[in-house]
Amino acid sequence: MRIAGRGPGVRPVSFSFDGRRYEGREGDTLASALLANDVALVGRSFKYHRPRGVMTAGPEEPNALVTIGRGAAATPNTRATVQEVFDGLEAFSQNRWPSLDWDLLALNDLAAPFLGAGFYYKTFMGPRGWWERVYEPLIRRAAGLGALSGRPAPERSEKAFAFCDLLVIGAGPAGLTAALVAGRSGADVILADEDFRMGGRLLAKGAEPGPEWAAGILAELESLPNVRLMPRTTVTGAYDQGTFGALERVSLHLADPNGLPRECFWRIVAKRAVLAAGALERPVAFRNNDRPGVMMASAVRAYLHRWGVVPGKRVAVFGNNDGAHVLASELVAAGVNVVGLIDSRHDVVPSGDFRVWTGTQVCNAHGRKRLEAITLRTPVGTERLAVDCLAVSGGWNPSLHLTCHLGGRPEWQRDIAAFVPTPGAVPGLRAAGACNGAFTLGACLSEGRAAAEEALGALGMTPKAVDLPEAPEAQYNITPLWSVPGKGRAWLDFQNDVTVKDVAQAAQENFRSVEHMKRYTTQGMAPDQGKNSNVNALAVLADATGQTIPGTGTTTFRPPYSPVSIAAMGAGAEGKGFAPERFTTSHRAAVGMGAPMIEAGLWYRPSYFPLRSETHWRQSCDREVQMVREAVGICDVSTLGKIDIQGPDAAALLDLVYANRFSTLKEGRVRYGLMLREDGFVMDDGTTARLGPEHFVMTTTTAAAGPVMRHLEFVHQVLRPELDVSMISVTEQWAQFAVAGPKSRELLNGLLDAPVDNDSFPFMACGDVSVMGVAARLFRISFSGEHAYEIAVPARFGEALFRELVARAEGLGGGAYGMEALNVLRIEKGHITHAEIHGRTTAGDIGMGRMIAAKDCIGRVAASRPGLTDPDREQMVGLRPVGDVKQLTAGAHLFDAGAAPLRENAQGYVTSACFSPTLGETRALAFLKRGRARHGEHIRMVDHLRGIDALCEVTDPVAFDPEGGRLRG
Amino acid sequence: MRIPCPICGTRDRREFTYVGAALPRPSDEEWGAGWDDYLHNRENPAGETRDLWQHEAGCGAWLVVTRNTVSHAVLGAELARGATA
Repeated sequence: MRIAGRGPGVRPVSFSFDGRRYEGREGDTLASALLANDVALVGRSFKYHRPRGVMTAGPEEPNALVTIGRGAAATPNTRATVQEVFDGLEAFSQNRWPSLDWDLLALNDLAAPFLGAGFYYKTFMGPRGWWERVYEPLIRRAAGLGALSGRPAPERSEKAFAFCDLLVIGAGPAGLTAALVAGRSGADVILADEDFRMGGRLLAKGAEPGPEWAAGILAELESLPNVRLMPRTTVTGAYDQGTFGALERVSLHLADPNGLPRECFWRIVAKRAVLAAGALERPVAFRNNDRPGVMMASAVRAYLHRWGVVPGKRVAVFGNNDGAHVLASELVAAGVNVVGLIDSRHDVVPSGDFRVWTGTQVCNAHGRKRLEAITLRTPVGTERLAVDCLAVSGGWNPSLHLTCHLGGRPEWQRDIAAFVPTPGAVPGLRAAGACNGAFTLGACLSEGRAAAEEALGALGMTPKAVDLPEAPEAQYNITPLWSVPGKGRAWLDFQNDVTVKDVAQAAQENFRSVEHMKRYTTQGMAPDQGKNSNVNALAVLADATGQTIPGTGTTTFRPPYSPVSIAAMGAGAEGKGFAPERFTTSHRAAVGMGAPMIEAGLWYRPSYFPLRSETHWRQSCDREVQMVREAVGICDVSTLGKIDIQGPDAAALLDLVYANRFSTLKEGRVRYGLMLREDGFVMDDGTTARLGPEHFVMTTTTAAAGPVMRHLEFVHQVLRPELDVSMISVTEQWAQFAVAGPKSRELLNGLLDAPVDNDSFPFMACGDVSVMGVAARLFRISFSGEHAYEIAVPARFGEALFRELVARAEGLGGGAYGMEALNVLRIEKGHITHAEIHGRTTAGDIGMGRMIAAKDCIGRVAASRPGLTDPDREQMVGLRPVGDVKQLTAGAHLFDAGAAPLRENAQGYVTSACFSPTLGETRALAFLKRGRARHGEHIRMVDHLRGIDALCEVTDPVAFDPEGGRLRG
Repeated sequence: MRIPCPICGTRDRREFTYVGAALPRPSDEEWGAGWDDYLHNRENPAGETRDLWQHEAGCGAWLVVTRNTVSHAVLGAELARGATA
């Protein structure tokens, strides 16, 4: 309930939980608003479906996980202690059926004796195959937290980058002080805090310096142009070189996001960092310590001071340290009925206006859906107290997680019974305040100042003076108490339902290492990653194994510190953000002609251009092939890489990167080039044209355009920096079209301002031309095997030229052709693509061994290795079917006609196959052991995947026009 | 991870393409241990390495980057021009 006159804001906010309407106030979290409405039961536990209530007031909350929203936008496992309320907020409890109040699977709790640590490893051993089919689905249904909707998330997230001199993580007393010192001194500061209101524990204090002091500092920080405040931003990970990941909850608190992203994932690069993440209070394990109403003392204090909420009418406090006394006094001062303070320590001087039990422990909690009473074990016996809220403090654990993200291990500090960061674990980051084990306000303030001053010194800046407020003298005294011995189950990890018994059992079954115990019991493996349970669990393990706590050690903290939605981490990397689309200049025209597009890397190219009468792609493809063979076809080949190479040493560079020679190429001529990798295998192929004495244009395959460009730069910059040559990719600057077929010259001469003939433009000629007044380049090269040209114009003329070429081709009985026909044409001619030069083929394998010229070139030496010149290697051949089965398929394997189709009998494999309308039969390209000597042999092709078994004749790879007569003339 | 490009300044590693160990290309005319080492054999040290990176999404320069595989510290970057000879 809310104490009159206290709490955040005044504006009422209406929200619902499990369909019931409630009223909260602006500034409430869902947890504080539910507690203000006296809602104690908010969820069911992971495994046993135990009733659970709000336990903390911060991001470490293990119990109060809810689903926010409905349908595709529903977000499961939202911590009610983090979620701000807004008008119309809809929250739903999780892991219960049919309702939170009456949950059928609460039966699991009765079966608890059979469901202890590792029960599924022992129970579900057989029969074989039942784990996947029966047990796992059943267990997954029975246990768990919230569930995703399974539908695409409609809202978007973003990612962003930020840079600063100093990143301050956490805006409590230490962080505010550090940011103020650095901000006043002129450093670029980012102050990030996961809360929506900055101030940290100062907001949960009853006395100054508290909320007002924090507000004053924040006002000054806001006025400084060099300081950026990032509330609602959790720094989730520390990475190399001062890089930090951070998740900002941008609009999750707004009724109307108004276009804002849900979340933003930040990469923050900081020259220096101060970790001021504070500390998390840890519970004490005792029987039924998970009953709704048993809460952390720090949470009760925060709800009292920050939200004006007391989560019960009869409150008791149970602790092992001085903090518990402060809380009890503050509750009394606020008029709350404090039943008493139970201190496990004996040597405590009672003070304050409340009853104190010393040397006493709480050994049981009663009530199922709501705490009704507790049992105390005093030095003289047991006592039962009627309470509906128990505030527990087992001490504090510094939030040192980020200091472990680069492999650092924390150190045990005995006087505070807690792990503290190892200095220097993250280069450039210094911990200050409670996360460094400084548990008094005065120490937090002075450590914050010192950390900022050290950072400024490292940055070469002079710190400006900052006066710190007077902090009351205080000491932090604690006597460790991890668990209260006794019967029944005492909870350690609330989120994964791990008890003291489970940890003891793990130790008994010899899972004695903390890492083994963790995996066997699932301790600390829930979304909260054991924030308030890991240290207790390893203390219990230490006790069970007879080791010390530092000897037991901690498990490894890894990023993220708290859950980060994949949608935020991957923001911008879906759809086109993941794979941008590259369109050729003819794209619109091709789509307009009804061509289905096929992806070629990021490019989109037309597969075929269907006529209205055609219902199958093969009809279109066969027609297009015939068109090129008999009339003229047009194909956009702009996606091939084009590299402009200029300089006195351009030819020398080409001689080095190509296996064959280019320095002998005459101006105005084109030559086919074969490029090797340094290990001697084929890298790429293409044609290179010599436009001038010192000017070449190289083409690459579409797929290798990037790698070849990188390779040329490598050879030039790294291997031959003395060569005077420059190069640049011009792939996107030129639109280039193949004009192929016996009527290609007739078509071009209708377009060119000066006609060409075989004398001015023989096969493999190139030069500048003018097409309808536009300066263009013409290359007489052919991938189809026909009399063919490629014409290139500046990209801005591409679409117009394509449309003109297609219209004229149609007038001559031809038209546009796509990738399918292009593929058939080249298979008929035995021309290779990356299906053949797939990275494991040598020049010799594809019949080009003699192209390696007697000069230094990349890959020449390695190509001479015995393994690459072995006569038994698989060599490229053609195949045609000669048996009953006429289908040949790429990927099929080859065997001797009489051999069983087993791996050990493999003779080779098929790389490309098509139906050749020109030859009226299926044709394939394949690699076959000693293939060149086996033309005419019969061989068996088996496609084990598709179940095809065909007898083939081995042929020359060039199936059509082997003399090349059609190219010339 | 960030790499100090001598031409562009310190940039995010997403702008760079990693290639491999920076080694001098052998001048041997015949296949032998020198080529085998150049192509295949690597030290894989726990400590300092010198690798080739290209600032592909920047100035295009090929760099030799010195870094520590244990601490992940990037210790420096120089133009590869001649640095592998």
